[in-house]
Amino acid sequence: MSDMDEMEDGSGIVKKFMFLNRKAPHGTVYALEGLEVVLITAAFDQDVSMVFTDDGVYQLMKGIDSKGIEVKDFSKTYRALEGYDIEKLYVDQASMDARGLTEDDLIVDVTVLAVDEMANLMAEQDVVISF
Amino acid sequence: MQFGILVNEGPYSHQASDSAFLFARAALEKGYKVPRVFFYHDGVYNASRLATPPQDDRNVGARWSKLAADHGVDLVVCVAAAQRRGITDGVLGDNFRISGLGQLVEMGIQYDRLVTFGD
Repeated sequence: MSDMDEMEDGSGIVKKFMFLNRKAPHGTVYALEGLEVVLITAAFDQDVSMVFTDDGVYQLMKGIDSKGIEVKDFSKTYRALEGYDIEKLYVDQASMDARGLTEDDLIVDVTVLAVDEMANLMAEQDVVISF
Repeated sequence: MQFGILVNEGPYSHQASDSAFLFARAALEKGYKVPRVFFYHDGVYNASRLATPPQDDRNVGARWSKLAADHGVDLVVCVAAAQRRGITDGVLGDNFRISGLGQLVEMGIQYDRLVTFGD
């Protein structure tokens, strides 16, 4: 991590980056490769928020075991986000409700937002990247 | 106005690369700047020079190469995504280059808009 901490674009500009995670952790590669962008963005000392919505809320679910499908389990990366100063994690209330999930089912601490609150948060961002 | 463009899907099976190309070309024709296009996920397949689509259809990869030649657009392919998918320097089309995700983050920091094309 120390060499990543030294990354910067030299401009000193800090922008608000939101990463919108909409897909289940497995089945497609978006969640895994999306996480890589999030970590690099944090290494550039940007203001990073992560949002989990639609099937993206499954990325944070406890008890994920990908052995059966013989795919790498990257679930523990979400727990390590704090170490990269990525602490703004938001989940969409309606997406949780639709899937019968509550905060107790998730592996990290999150802020649950209603759709209008989510819209406001999104409007504040400089860059929104959706995976 | 400077636009950064992110292409997240491969050619032909998905419209994302076509839409991104048409957007980039239209922006350039209007006098806006498109300094860089970044290819991620299956988007890295757009960079393969090995693709030989039928003559009566568009050549997605070659079209990007020409846009870069005509307008100086920097076509960057993510190294990690490329390595997963067998896209190496040896198969890169003209004017594509392989580099890190930092090039994507830089677009978000430095340009006025970052526009994503994908699923």
